[in-house]
Amino acid sequence: MSEPGAVAATRPHAAHDLHHEALGFWRTYVFSVDHKVIGIQYAITGLLFLFFGFTLMMLMRWQLAYPGAPLPLIGRLLGEARMPGGMMVPEFYNELGAMHGTIMVFLGVVPLAVGGFGNFVLPLQIGAPDMAFPRLNMASYWCFFLGGVTMLVSFFVPGGAAQSGWTSYAPLSVIAGTGQTMWIIGMLFLITSSLLGAVNFITTTIQLRAKGLTFMRFPFFVWAQFVTSFLLLLAFPPLEAAAILQLMDRVAGTSFFLPSGLVVSGQVLQHAGGGNPLLWQHLFWFLAHPEVYVLILPAMGIVAEIVANNTRKPLWGYRSMVYSLIFLGFMSFIVWAHHMFMTGMGTAMAAFFQTTTMIISIPSVVILTALIISLWGGSIRFNTPMLFAVAFLPMFGIGGLTGLPLGLNVADIPLHDTYYVIAHFHYVVAPGTIFALFAGIYYWFPKATGRKMNETLGKIHFAGSLVCMNVIFMPMFLVGLAGVSRRLYDGGAAYDFAQPVLHWNVVSSWGAWTMALFQVPFIFNFFWSIWKGEKTGDNPWEATTIEWAAPSPPPHGNFLEAPQAYRGPYEYSVPGAAKGFVPQYEA
Amino acid sequence: MTSDHAAGVASEHATGITSDHAADIDRHVKIYISVFVALMVLTIVTVAISRFHLPVPIAVAVALLVATIKGSLVACYFMHLISEKKLILAVLVLTAVFFVALLTLPAVTHSNGYWIH
Amino acid sequence: MDIPYTVEVRRDTGLTNGKIGIWLFLASEVMLFGALFASYILIRTGAPSWPRGDTILNVPLATVNTIVLITSSVTMVMAWASLMRHRFGTFRIYMGTTILLGCVFLVIKYFEYSHKFHDGLYPGTNNFLALYFTLTGLHMLHVFGGMVVNAYFLGPGAKLWKTNPVWFTNRVENSGLFWHFVDLVWIFLFPTLYLL
Repeated sequence: MSEPGAVAATRPHAAHDLHHEALGFWRTYVFSVDHKVIGIQYAITGLLFLFFGFTLMMLMRWQLAYPGAPLPLIGRLLGEARMPGGMMVPEFYNELGAMHGTIMVFLGVVPLAVGGFGNFVLPLQIGAPDMAFPRLNMASYWCFFLGGVTMLVSFFVPGGAAQSGWTSYAPLSVIAGTGQTMWIIGMLFLITSSLLGAVNFITTTIQLRAKGLTFMRFPFFVWAQFVTSFLLLLAFPPLEAAAILQLMDRVAGTSFFLPSGLVVSGQVLQHAGGGNPLLWQHLFWFLAHPEVYVLILPAMGIVAEIVANNTRKPLWGYRSMVYSLIFLGFMSFIVWAHHMFMTGMGTAMAAFFQTTTMIISIPSVVILTALIISLWGGSIRFNTPMLFAVAFLPMFGIGGLTGLPLGLNVADIPLHDTYYVIAHFHYVVAPGTIFALFAGIYYWFPKATGRKMNETLGKIHFAGSLVCMNVIFMPMFLVGLAGVSRRLYDGGAAYDFAQPVLHWNVVSSWGAWTMALFQVPFIFNFFWSIWKGEKTGDNPWEATTIEWAAPSPPPHGNFLEAPQAYRGPYEYSVPGAAKGFVPQYEA
Repeated sequence: MTSDHAAGVASEHATGITSDHAADIDRHVKIYISVFVALMVLTIVTVAISRFHLPVPIAVAVALLVATIKGSLVACYFMHLISEKKLILAVLVLTAVFFVALLTLPAVTHSNGYWIH
Repeated sequence: MDIPYTVEVRRDTGLTNGKIGIWLFLASEVMLFGALFASYILIRTGAPSWPRGDTILNVPLATVNTIVLITSSVTMVMAWASLMRHRFGTFRIYMGTTILLGCVFLVIKYFEYSHKFHDGLYPGTNNFLALYFTLTGLHMLHVFGGMVVNAYFLGPGAKLWKTNPVWFTNRVENSGLFWHFVDLVWIFLFPTLYLL
């Protein structure tokens, strides 16, 4: 299979695809099987959910800053059931909290990071014409869409949306209102979507990579999506099982998670009993721990691409980064009970999970260090993608380091379920992953549209977001260290010990509302640039990876002729080369 | 290439069996029948043993052993794992590791005093 | 557009896309049923007492069902082998038998379930029954799903045999892998629920 003719024989219709007749509006833009269209669908839908989840949080932050105070204007719009006289009832706060978390993780970040970036970039970066299973790809998007609709509709059922935390712990979640059942159904759709997507990504990466593109020549982004897909494939099914069990408890009268003798509102519950609330926690966290790596790995992949490109030198320690990624993926399956240190597990099992948790910090540090060292000696271009990518590094560093005490049983005792935890994971996901996602949008926008986003607006977006993220989340460490629990609808105001730190709630809230303002230049920039952005060629960033060989935007089938990989992915500033970068796809 | 030959070559590549010659399929069919008989026998065995009402830990061990043998026969011969490519086997080994972790760690962590530790 | 390696194998992996795809999916199913078995273990070991399966459930009927499913696995692999021998007529007989045996399995389960309900035994009655109904119920959904796919390949999908026999054979093989997996789950479910 080494002659060009042989390659063409496996893609006999390549040229034909480029002159493909119009399929009509619906098959082209709505029910498309083209990975690029599906990727954009995921990205736009994911971004919309991110902004919706952000709005939910902004409402919460009013209550946290000014507990019991009526919210002007908006308060009245939200109805007497949720905000009588404009004042938030605790149940509504819980709704907002549970749905903010659920929406951000499952409807926002993962669809954008994996569904959006993975779908759009992965086939292009490996030189493939599309995903291995295009129709399955379309099905997985619509499954996600249905899951999202279910979650949104749940706000309108009697009793409101789920309000037992994004973690839906039993027995509270089992006795909760209808919204929780819709949460379960929504999750079943979302899990199905992720499983179908994972099958597609893994098969595509293995089978459809271009000639010459060996695994150790993959861009780091490809490795990141590849490992992420394995996490989704093998970690989600236990949550699917748990969701079914919780559904059975809620509608079929079973007691998988209900212990005997449960008393609810003064009444003994008439149920079989004998269930175990900890079973839910085990099954939930078996997914939810790998899930946090699903949240971070694609981000690391994006940052790696942008750092290599904008330092004009290869990534330092590529091999170590790849092995760390694989090791991290594996370890992520055996650390989950560090979310359960307070459940009476005994010293032996606590020691086990502490050990695996400490070990898993090593590959993260390796990857972060390699990315930082990659900056050294580079000819750094500080364009907007690079600003976000570089900011990711210390932000993820703070997030990661603050996780260490949480992973140690004893240190976790005063920190568990406090604002310290919230600060820790938000640092990783908000100025961490979301910054990387912003970076990716600015970076790959030209490939998707043939135009660049405006740099000035980008830098305003960056500067404002960076400051605001830290204003929001840094004080939360202090609030948590003071002992204020999470999920308190008044932010701790009822407790004496919390009084000295309550003012930080106000700071965080104003940070959040200001952050919203700084997203306006981004939203405007995004849409304005689609039509009016500076036009670019195929490779405006002078990058080396295969996606830049395709036209901007790429047609059906992606490449004018099947690309081939001749070298590694980051051949920048090669001594003796004719130009400052040697693309992977040039002979 | 005639289309028949192409189909033959393609199906040769397409399956875990190395050739689609009739004799080879015949050999495989013989294996399927033998496995079927073995599965039937083992089913009778596992039901028969259960009638002895052995102590629970022993009953569990024996039942799991028989089930594992039956399952392995289905996997290796009906699902062709015995001649499957390394990539597939690697994925399954990885899955098996996580499967074992899922089955054992929650029970060991929160055994409510069932285990002695 | 033609996606490469849909029908012919990729040389360095030796596999088609569909073969990898179905095994990845089966790996996820292993984790799904694994979680259910893990739930069984945690709940049973946490219970003060647990009834032996045969004191509540119908072992003879379930044994018949086990034989039915194992037989259907044989007919399934024979259906694929028939395609490999280019005997389309024989394929139809074996595939039809596989689907029929699946129906028998479902019918027997229907009788099992309705007998339980008739005796006032429901999923909510106790955890043994909760696990029994949930595990066998989910397994049943998989049996049904497999039957639907098989029926497609016996019926409207069989047109592919004329235009692309190799692709059709591969798809039947992959469908068979799913069917064998469903049988495999039952091989473990049967002793766990009924005999222990």
